[in-house]
Amino acid sequence: MAGNVGIIFEWLIFLGLGFASVLASVLLVTRKNPIHSALFLVMTFLCVAGLYILLYSQFIAIIQVLVYAGAIVMLIVFVVMLLDLENELRSTLKIVYSKVIGSLLALLFLLAILYSAVAKSPTGKMGSDTPERVTSNVKAVGEVLFTQYLFPFEILSVLLVAAIIGAVILSKKRT
Amino acid sequence: MLDYIWLIPAFPAIGFLLNGFLGKRYPKSVVGWVACSALGLSFLTSILVFFELLGMAPAERHFEKVIFDWVVSGSFQTVIGYQIDPLSILMALVVSGVSFFIHIYSVGYMHDDPGYPRYFTYLNLFVFMMLNLVLANNFLLMFVGWEGVGLCSYLLIGFWFEKDSAANAGKKAFVVNRVGDFGFLLGMFLLFTSLGKHGIWTLHFSEVFANAHLLDPTTVTAITLLFFVGACGKSAQIPLYVWLPDAMEGPTPVSSLIHAATMVTAGVYMIARCNVLYSMAPVSMMIVAIVGVATALYTASIGICQNDIKKVLAYSTISQLGYMFLGVGVGAFSAGIFHLMTHAFFKGLLFLGAGSVMHALSGELDMRKMGGLRKKTPVTFWTFFFATMAIAGIPGLSGFFSKDEILWQAFSSPHGYWLLWAVAALAAGMTAFYMFRALFMTFWGECRAEEHVKHHIHESPKIMTFPLMILAVLSVIGGYIGVPHVLGGANHIHEFLAPVLGGGAEPAKAHAAVALLSQAWASGGEGGASSATLEYVLMAVSVAIAFIGIGMAYLFYVKNPALPKSAAEKLNGLYRLVFNKYYVDEIYQLLFINSLKNLGTGLWRGFDEFIIDGTVNGIAYLFGWLSNAMRRMQTGLVQNYAFSMVIGGVILAGYYVVRAIFY
Amino acid sequence: MWVVPTIPPALYLMLSGVLFTIGVIGALTRRNAIVVFMCIELMLNAVNLTFITLSHFLRSMDGVIFAFFVMAVAAAEAAVGLAIFVLIYRSRETINVDEINLLKW
Repeated sequence: MAGNVGIIFEWLIFLGLGFASVLASVLLVTRKNPIHSALFLVMTFLCVAGLYILLYSQFIAIIQVLVYAGAIVMLIVFVVMLLDLENELRSTLKIVYSKVIGSLLALLFLLAILYSAVAKSPTGKMGSDTPERVTSNVKAVGEVLFTQYLFPFEILSVLLVAAIIGAVILSKKRT
Repeated sequence: MLDYIWLIPAFPAIGFLLNGFLGKRYPKSVVGWVACSALGLSFLTSILVFFELLGMAPAERHFEKVIFDWVVSGSFQTVIGYQIDPLSILMALVVSGVSFFIHIYSVGYMHDDPGYPRYFTYLNLFVFMMLNLVLANNFLLMFVGWEGVGLCSYLLIGFWFEKDSAANAGKKAFVVNRVGDFGFLLGMFLLFTSLGKHGIWTLHFSEVFANAHLLDPTTVTAITLLFFVGACGKSAQIPLYVWLPDAMEGPTPVSSLIHAATMVTAGVYMIARCNVLYSMAPVSMMIVAIVGVATALYTASIGICQNDIKKVLAYSTISQLGYMFLGVGVGAFSAGIFHLMTHAFFKGLLFLGAGSVMHALSGELDMRKMGGLRKKTPVTFWTFFFATMAIAGIPGLSGFFSKDEILWQAFSSPHGYWLLWAVAALAAGMTAFYMFRALFMTFWGECRAEEHVKHHIHESPKIMTFPLMILAVLSVIGGYIGVPHVLGGANHIHEFLAPVLGGGAEPAKAHAAVALLSQAWASGGEGGASSATLEYVLMAVSVAIAFIGIGMAYLFYVKNPALPKSAAEKLNGLYRLVFNKYYVDEIYQLLFINSLKNLGTGLWRGFDEFIIDGTVNGIAYLFGWLSNAMRRMQTGLVQNYAFSMVIGGVILAGYYVVRAIFY
Repeated sequence: MWVVPTIPPALYLMLSGVLFTIGVIGALTRRNAIVVFMCIELMLNAVNLTFITLSHFLRSMDGVIFAFFVMAVAAAEAAVGLAIFVLIYRSRETINVDEINLLKW
């Protein structure tokens, strides 16, 4: 019984965070006010970060909070406030068939995913990082990132520089 | 000299090139000189070659000269080569000689025509092609000449192409000739493949005839019948004769040369050349003889009622060609060639004489408006008279000997039949009648021409009358090389042609199959006193028929000029039928031409325009329509693009799921 | 008492699928461009979750690294994308995706 406590706790956390993230995302998609949507996005991010911790990926969880919930959502909120957007008017919504059919197809896609998740267990070559070996996630990530994946890492930095320059140039006022 | 036989066709070819390219640059007289001297040199060369040939033994008289290789394809080889043997040199002499005199005549006749250089260019080209035809040593080169003379005939008939009737006549000649040529081609193909089945791939005359015995009779009959179709087209026999009367639209020397002396005789020459094949197919020979004699009678009947002097001569030509085909059809090949030669002389002369009459009467063609020219144009009259006597078969002149030889062979040859003789004799009588009718209407009695024409009646210039006189001399004495044995002659021409055509003492080495022919000849034709009596009797009968014809013509047109009109009124229906040439042209128009035209129009509108253009345009239109429909996909709305991505994703995922479920 | 099993990976994957579908529906349906952008971020998150899950259950670091890169790219994309939104708003006075459709037939 005592040995089950951990696992039961894990289940509880998982179910809680799972439902919360789904609820938040549904609300995100349905709110009229974009600020509300942004806030629900934050909630989704935080729930997912929790799920990452459950999966023993602490590094990614922290990065998620820092980058996604911290920087990206902040950017979005700033832009929304800068553009002074008004609420999306429901009354002018007309039934656009492509959107309806698209939604139905997305649900079909969901069914496909659900089926494949249930029918097959994750196949693929088992790696070597057993939980016993990976004591610290950050250390493990660093080990791999700066040795095996160094080149993509450097390319990524170039990408970020390009993004920065692009953002700056794009939002310069034309004089 | 024999090495230079290629000069015989080469001279007219050079004349053609010079006049064709440079004819407009130098004065008219030079054009005439170039053309006539080309022919003159060609004629001279033929004479020299002829005498050299005479110096050789009869069995040796065969010589071939290859100019260059034409088709070399596997085991099949064709060359541009000429062969000299008695038949070809005789034809070459006739062609080049008569052409030479007609060229001289044309210098005078066409003097005022603006197309003077063009005329002589075409005429030289024609002689070149004709010489190729007669001198060729293989079927293919002969066919080149065959087609070439058809082309030149078209060019020369439609010489005054601004006139609709002339252009149409040229077209008609070419198209009808084409029908015949198609038969000829099929015959050649069949011959080639039939011999090929025995492993012999050749179209060379000597090789074909040496191996002809390998073929079975049915094939040979088919081949010879197909060749005969070609001959019908070229030599204007039933049913392909319709172009020749219309061909009178061309200048008169053209009618004389092409449609009397040379081109139309190509069919007879071809059959004589292929005598080995024809002797193996008695059915074909019978058909040839029947068609020939039927044509002779039929066109003679039309000639009786015609009023245009050139048309009378045209129908007379077709009729005489029928005689030649009768001759070769009953196996008397040399008789047919003999008649070809004499016919060239007197028919050529008759046409030139008609041209002279037209020249005197400022272009008048209708005999009803002629008359009384006897005193005013004496040279024309006397030459015309001698030619008419020759064609009627008056004893002593050339036509008598050749025609009589054919009539005798029609009766007595192994392939002959008495009915053929009877019909031919009847046609001979009709020939005499209508030719003398033409003579009397043109030269006798009161001049019925209009006043302004009457004042201008004059004899033709010396340059035109000189050829008339030469041809008249030939018409008279030309027959003496063929005097038959029964009349004491040695029948030189028969002996001369025997190595090629059979019937001689020894066949030429190159014509082994001819040995069989000579045996047939020996038993059938000559020898025996009883047959000699029969020959005399038949000769007398034909002469009598000729005089009856002349007498009737005299009665109708000199003694009692009102008689023709009353006879025509009494037999009105028959007269109209014959006068309108039995409505054959109209029948052809109805049966063939209209349906072909409709077929052509139908194919044009229905198939070409509708289907082919429709398909091509339709495909273009389809692409346009398709892209028009597809471009509505570019709405510019991002969410539509996202939608299509979702569709793609669903399909992809669905494929894997389905695969996982069912396999 | 029986042994409670560990959370099977299938559950994580199903959750990820649900989040992704919601993101798709949102991206197709909403008219405000910024909300569409947020839905795209939601989709990226769902994918990240899948990567981390499989990385954990296959005991490999590759998935984690990939998720890391996804995040970096998402950040760059956010920066540039939002700058573009600002520009579009400046010239068109609207951020409604239905009205930004000049690039059409």
